[in-house]
Amino acid sequence: MRVTMHVDGAETAAEIDRPGESLLSTLRDRLGLTGSKNACEQGECGSCTVLLDGAPVCACLVATAQCEGREVKTVVGAVPRPVRDAFVQCGAVQCGFCTPGLLVSVADLLDREPDPTDPEIREALAGNLCRCTGYEKIIDAVHTAAAALAGEPR
Amino acid sequence: MSSVAAPARFGFHRPAAVDEAVRLLAEHPEAVPVAGGTDLMVAVNYRHTRPEAMLDLTGLAELREWTDEGDSVRIGSGVPYARITAELATVLPGLAAAARTVGSPQIRNRGTLGGNLATASPAGDGHPPLLATGATVEAVSVDGTRTIPIGEFYLGPKRSALKPGELITAVTVPKATGPQQFLKVGTRNAMVIAVCSFALALDLDTRRLGTGIGSAGPVPLTAPDAERLDLPWTDPARFDDALAAEFGRRVAAAARPIDDVRGTAAYRRHALAVCAARALRRVWTAAHERTGR
Repeated sequence: MRVTMHVDGAETAAEIDRPGESLLSTLRDRLGLTGSKNACEQGECGSCTVLLDGAPVCACLVATAQCEGREVKTVVGAVPRPVRDAFVQCGAVQCGFCTPGLLVSVADLLDREPDPTDPEIREALAGNLCRCTGYEKIIDAVHTAAAALAGEPR
Repeated sequence: MSSVAAPARFGFHRPAAVDEAVRLLAEHPEAVPVAGGTDLMVAVNYRHTRPEAMLDLTGLAELREWTDEGDSVRIGSGVPYARITAELATVLPGLAAAARTVGSPQIRNRGTLGGNLATASPAGDGHPPLLATGATVEAVSVDGTRTIPIGEFYLGPKRSALKPGELITAVTVPKATGPQQFLKVGTRNAMVIAVCSFALALDLDTRRLGTGIGSAGPVPLTAPDAERLDLPWTDPARFDDALAAEFGRRVAAAARPIDDVRGTAAYRRHALAVCAARALRRVWTAAHERTGR
């Protein structure tokens, strides 16, 4: 079965061979788009977070066949440069495995709430697990990214 | 785009309307309905199930709407939790509070009340507030539409009154007529399957309590004996901790918990007693602050 989606701005077709194939499998294994990471496959860790028609979702829990004609943004297409730079600058990346999912969640948060409070950040990122940083530097990075985005013309 | 099915070796059906969906389900009983996928896709990913065909409900716009029905709200089965929290907190505070505790933002953007009901896990967060408010479930098949009172919906762990060929299309929830509470016990604030949960609705018009107990029995339960507790309506100040504690005892007695990986039966009963007493204190206080009664 052929499924056509808009992935990171480009019309992209994938041939899948079972109805339950996840969007994450299709992105990584068929399209070679390995930015979204595969860890838990049960929606617990957030490493595979993508924007589906603008809303953050776990790509492992979306059936690819549900995505015909829909817009998918991975870490490649969803994240403004200042968000990425803030993670680097603040030391919010250690092993890096959770980072793509976090970047997508942060990009969505800052799009909705340009100057979030700590509790708002913690709630928005509650579905993204990081085993390295202890989250403090990630929260610093969100504030830094918010300031950077506020300072540049949108 | 209309129906049809993928012209491929397997079936992935994408109906555009409910009547088409139930017809497809009648023709292809092997097709597993999927909306948010937050339960089904976990089972698929872990090879616990391998559907040969699926019926996608996300293209059914009519399931993604809620409508104000006067004394109640009819919520399409495909409305995700994120929207229940954002759009219905004023009229359905108990359900909105429960929706807010589901999973994570990613899960709440996809997961639906219809899926919670179809899965019928005793731990589903949506069930206790539906029981506490006396909601009704609407199920549609090629034979027509029927309405199932929520108290008759749950038959066993992951078993419901839904029949083969039926799709859940909506849940009708009476609007709050007084304060409501939802309390959930878990190991952290997000991504938690409830150890136990409790919903309470105080109806100021009829002076009745509605209860719902989650994750402490083979099905979500009510606590009828606790609902019959005599409350000091004519002299609200007589409400005290002893009365709240008695309510907690009655709720705990209604539970039928087991020991499992998330907690022991004894802990669940204890936690339910605490949650129920707390919930009753909160709704009583809120009611009498608000109305001066």
